[in-house]
Amino acid sequence: MKAAPFDYLEAGSADEAVCLLGEAGSDAAVLAGGQTLMPLLALRMTSPTVLIDINPADDMAGITHTGHGLRIGARTRQADALHDPFVARHLPILGEALGHVGHYQTRARGTVGGSIALGEPAAEQPAVAVALGASIELRSTRGTRQVPAREFYLAPYATARAEDEVVIAIHFPAWPAASRAVFQEVARRRGDFALVGLVMLLDVQDTRVERAGIAWFGMGPTPVAATTAEQALTGATIADIDPRELAQLALAQVEPPEDLHASAHYRRTVAARIFERRFRTLTEKVAA
Amino acid sequence: MSLHFVEFELNGCQIDGMVEARRTLLDFLRCDVGCTGPHAGCEHGVCGACTVLVEGQAVRSCLMLAVQANGKTVETVEGLSGGPKELHPIQQLFREEFALQCGFCTPGFLMTLVALDRSEPRPNAAEMREALSGHLCRCTGYQGVLRVIDRLTEDRK
Ligand code: FES
Ligand code: FES
Repeated sequence: MKAAPFDYLEAGSADEAVCLLGEAGSDAAVLAGGQTLMPLLALRMTSPTVLIDINPADDMAGITHTGHGLRIGARTRQADALHDPFVARHLPILGEALGHVGHYQTRARGTVGGSIALGEPAAEQPAVAVALGASIELRSTRGTRQVPAREFYLAPYATARAEDEVVIAIHFPAWPAASRAVFQEVARRRGDFALVGLVMLLDVQDTRVERAGIAWFGMGPTPVAATTAEQALTGATIADIDPRELAQLALAQVEPPEDLHASAHYRRTVAARIFERRFRTLTEKVAA
Repeated sequence: MSLHFVEFELNGCQIDGMVEARRTLLDFLRCDVGCTGPHAGCEHGVCGACTVLVEGQAVRSCLMLAVQANGKTVETVEGLSGGPKELHPIQQLFREEFALQCGFCTPGFLMTLVALDRSEPRPNAAEMREALSGHLCRCTGYQGVLRVIDRLTEDRK
């Protein structure tokens, strides 16, 4: 299949992208890496009349250390983020997640912001953003605002981004360097979206959990923060936590989908197993 | 529907043309330029048969617009060796290891392996195998390609 005709406009900077999108109105789409939009165009599942290409907007790419964490420009290529020394040092879990995003050939063009903006419920990067408490910087001709990732995802492919807003950057807060992190996904094939995915971060001081960030992906209409489990963990002593009960608590907040690839029962069972197993490994390290 | 002038370097030669905005790089190469090395398998980013190098990076040419290649350097399987009677060292390994059957997927595999082989630091066998997940071979002849990777990485096990 071939895409339906559209007009193509180049945005040389973030501001230009914002202006062009403001003028073009609701029929326009922003083209970043194109690793999702291009297939959708080819299959005619979407047919915008205007495409605004942000690939030339170099000011939208790059990773900076802000003091409160990392700011990742929306047009930063996934391959660049994967090999970035700041990410390796401050956000190793994002690096791990990126290794599961698509393939070597799609990460060369796919962008961090593109995948954050799309809101695919089984995607890796939105789940990491939700677990870590990141926020999304949006800009329109009306101004700039930041939306917490936990409020950004509304339904599959539906986000809090208004039609005239461009995703400019993602702000990941710093977690203590010694935080323990889990990233696990179960997928049929390498590069596929997850059937079940888990992101978990624990900031443990001595044996006490200071802070927890937990998110599921592929387990509901959006990435889901397991807030009850996070609350149960905060302030608790590792030895007092029953991993099995905690897994059930974390699962109480999701309604896993039922589809061709896996039943809801399968997803729940696998999710409980990986949660329990990974939590035990994390905390064994604490005891040792 | 907008029309655009594109100009880029293809396998060392300067080429140009007018394209509709919706023309993919793959279709431009195959239908307008006559460069049919990149194959159209799925045309929506799943199979990897259309893989070419843009600025030295392996990308799916069906997921890029021709107009986005403007001013860039593009390489396809046609540009790998010195001429039609010669083989690039990786093509030679494919031949020796019987790493193709019908050959439809082969240009894609080759472009990915060439990009990896040129990259610094040079990837090890595991990293190369990982990158092959982006290619489908309908003849399922993956073992031969894995032997090519073993030979390519003999020095960095
Ligand atoms: S034709 Fe491009 S990935 Fe299949
Ligand atoms: S050799 Fe036939 S598709 Fe790969």
